[in-house]
Amino acid sequence: MSDVLTVPRSRRNVEAALLLLAFAVAVGANFVAGLEREEPFNDYFWRQAATLVGMGILIHLILRIRAKYADPVILPIVIALNGIGLAMIHRLDLPRMENPDFVPVAPQQLTWTAVAILAASVLLIFLRDHRILRRFTYISLIVSALLLLLPLTPLGLEINGARIWINVGFGTFQPGEVAKITLAVFFAGYLSTNRDLILLAGKKLGPLQLPRFKDLAPMIAAWLVSIGVLILQRDLGSSILFFGLFMAMIYVATSRVSWVLIGLAMIGVGAFVALQLFSHVALRFDSWLNAFDPEVYNRAPGGSQQVVQGLFGLANGGLAGTGFGQGRPDLVTYANSDMIIAALGEELGMIGVFAIILLYILLVSRGFRAALGTKDGFGKLLACGLSFTIALQCFVVIGGITRLIPLTGLTTPFMSAGGSSLLANWIIVALLLLISETARRPVRTAAPSESAAVPSASGRGALPRRPKEGSR
Amino acid sequence: MNQAIRSAWVVAIGMFALILGSLTYVQFFEAEELNTNDWNNRQLYQDFGRPRGAILVDGKAVAESVPSNDQFNYQRVYKEPNLYAHLTGFYSLVNGSTQLEQASAGLLSGTSDELFYDRIVGLLSGASSQGASVELTIDPQIQQLAWDLIPEGQRGSIVVTEPSTGNILAMVSKPSYDPNLIAVHDSEIAARNVEQLSAVPGLSIYRNPATESLVAPGSVFKLVDAAAALESGDYDAESQIPNPPVLPLPGTTIGLPNYVNGTCATRTEADLEFALEQSCNTPFAQIAWDLGEDAIQEQARLFGFGERHQIPVAVEASQFPSDLSQPELAQSAIGQFDVKVTPLQIAMVASAIANDGVLMKPNLIKAVRAADLELINSPSPEVLHESVSAGTADQLTEWMVNVVDNGTGRGAQIPGVEVAGKTGTAEVEGRGDNAWFTGFAPADDPQVAVTIVMEDVDLATGSQLTSPNAKQIIEAVLNQ
Repeated sequence: MSDVLTVPRSRRNVEAALLLLAFAVAVGANFVAGLEREEPFNDYFWRQAATLVGMGILIHLILRIRAKYADPVILPIVIALNGIGLAMIHRLDLPRMENPDFVPVAPQQLTWTAVAILAASVLLIFLRDHRILRRFTYISLIVSALLLLLPLTPLGLEINGARIWINVGFGTFQPGEVAKITLAVFFAGYLSTNRDLILLAGKKLGPLQLPRFKDLAPMIAAWLVSIGVLILQRDLGSSILFFGLFMAMIYVATSRVSWVLIGLAMIGVGAFVALQLFSHVALRFDSWLNAFDPEVYNRAPGGSQQVVQGLFGLANGGLAGTGFGQGRPDLVTYANSDMIIAALGEELGMIGVFAIILLYILLVSRGFRAALGTKDGFGKLLACGLSFTIALQCFVVIGGITRLIPLTGLTTPFMSAGGSSLLANWIIVALLLLISETARRPVRTAAPSESAAVPSASGRGALPRRPKEGSR
Repeated sequence: MNQAIRSAWVVAIGMFALILGSLTYVQFFEAEELNTNDWNNRQLYQDFGRPRGAILVDGKAVAESVPSNDQFNYQRVYKEPNLYAHLTGFYSLVNGSTQLEQASAGLLSGTSDELFYDRIVGLLSGASSQGASVELTIDPQIQQLAWDLIPEGQRGSIVVTEPSTGNILAMVSKPSYDPNLIAVHDSEIAARNVEQLSAVPGLSIYRNPATESLVAPGSVFKLVDAAAALESGDYDAESQIPNPPVLPLPGTTIGLPNYVNGTCATRTEADLEFALEQSCNTPFAQIAWDLGEDAIQEQARLFGFGERHQIPVAVEASQFPSDLSQPELAQSAIGQFDVKVTPLQIAMVASAIANDGVLMKPNLIKAVRAADLELINSPSPEVLHESVSAGTADQLTEWMVNVVDNGTGRGAQIPGVEVAGKTGTAEVEGRGDNAWFTGFAPADDPQVAVTIVMEDVDLATGSQLTSPNAKQIIEAVLNQ
């Protein structure tokens, strides 16, 4: 860790200043979004502003008490992203308000924002140290399995061909969103415990050191989960996300390119088989490659209309955008969830989307920074996995919208309408904040368990001395 | 492990770089292609979803956008639809837009460069970008009077201009239609209405007859001949021109006659004053032969022939044919054969003579105002051509006054006001004549030029509907 300096300053005042900026962005966006179509400063405007500001201050105060050395940039970024997302969702509600049957989405999303931030707060208060999670390595695996299987039970709902939702009484929930966290916890726990064993064994084949077959178990588990999600739930996006998560964590744990190559080969085979066997995957590919073919465009369901309309939206925005509230992002289906980047691209333009993506880059980089800074292998892996998930999710969804890759139904983290996504991503934020806290905290005050926090003199960090609390 | 973390971070940044690249491609490099894609109805939705500026006459909207409850948010509504239909045109989802709705689209929809500053302000304040309003030069009372002077069922146009500025005070044509029928958003209803309107004889919803239908001018074209004659220097008020009842046309067995029952027959030689007064054909045919095709064509060009004008609606170019044989040139000199004019073109001839020979660019727009009523632009009068010298204009005016005082335009006489005018009757094969009157008043200080054409009429009806109507309009303008 010699190259990452722990700065013994809390930086909470920096966070407070950045939070003010984030509030300004979030509240300002919401104000401008409604300017055209509704009374300014109406009840909902105040409710949204008060909720965001209130919850932002709440979590900031909790950080001051509980994790005062946590990264000061993460929270303001996420508040800003969440606020811009809420503003766009609200703006997309407005043209539909005249329909008496229409239930506005923004208030639900606002409630979910409050719930998600509360959940993150509770986690920050009660978890105190992320290393405790390591005790739940195998429980996490079981929970992940249950979560992923849940939609297949009678509780499950099938929407647009994908069976990834469950009915939770007051609404729908996507257990897969939470599963990506529990799976990350499992993999971090499993790999940090077993990496030495995995690393030692294996034949060499040229420059590549091949793993032993039995060490491939987690890889195969990951592959099975991904393929299972693809086959049983018909959710290509989540499938890619899970597998990418595993690949990143295995690579970080082992530093072996051979594992990545094996993983890519496996997913390649899986994808090829899926393409042959499942029409929904083949249709996705067809809609991607031949989006502007009239036959493909007009095909319903599974046509390319959504992605093409999204492209029209982005093109209409051009460099500078039409201005918030002045484009027609409502012409794109799922504009407020899967396609929210197309909506933002239309109204804020390329400049605006670039700014948003820069926020994501900053957020992901801060996550990796926490991974570099923390001294325990579990924390490193967890922070890496979670940060990489955010990056991969952005890539899959924005790549899909811009026709770089086939469009898959994934949410844009913190922005898309969808409670489960918001909740899961805020929990990820809480975890990243906790890990960054251990990374930046002065050694003296470190602690629930001594062993991990003892600074190692070695440049290889905490690795030679394996933390014990997980297996205690 | 840290090295692997850094590598993973590089991969993550690489993925972001890829989406930044693909966004750049879509939003910048491919944007124009996507924006013009046939499936992209965003521009349409955007235009129709935006409050479009009004078209105003004397401060009152004759076309405006009102909030609607359908997917487009706004519906274009035309007040006094039939009276202004040929000026406003329509703004339709399925049938496009026409006339001012099309010619001033940039201003009305707010996308014109002239509105750049307002758009920037709108962008920063988040306010909706609203189109500008366009105020017309039309005088609503004159417009209404002119409308009433064309009987229902009669095809005809009336153009009233202010010679010193080119401003159009009234421009009406019948048959007309209700643009609201075409502007409805429901495409089925719109299509049905268009079909019904296309069955109305003499009506095209895409054409303003006053500016776009080309008709034979007949004897009003003799003003051009007379102008060419004076400008050539070969002719003056004293020139005597042979005036045979029938002019043999070389190479043919037919001849060009003067009007059989007219006063022309009383003289075998005529000066230009008499030839205009009685609208004798044979002297003008000989002038054309004498000056040649090119001279007549050049004079016609100086009056605005052969050009498409933007007023700002597009005006069809009036035609004087070229490569004529002698008989054809003789026919053309009296506004027959392939001479084809818009009613506005004849109004321009009269206006130029009235304005000391200076032809002003016809203009329909008095002012353009932003949504906040701030004045953006008010077009100032523009000279289009110096059609004839002031001396020629004076001489022509004198002769035209004589036409009204003593000749074929007596119906336009107004006690106490010197009215200058010229009548015309153009024969159209297979149907009734076109009856014309063009003139201006007062002759010494012209305030108004009036041009009337009634199509497919017999001689008696035609003369009833032209000169006397011009008189009424001139009186109405001068009494204001």
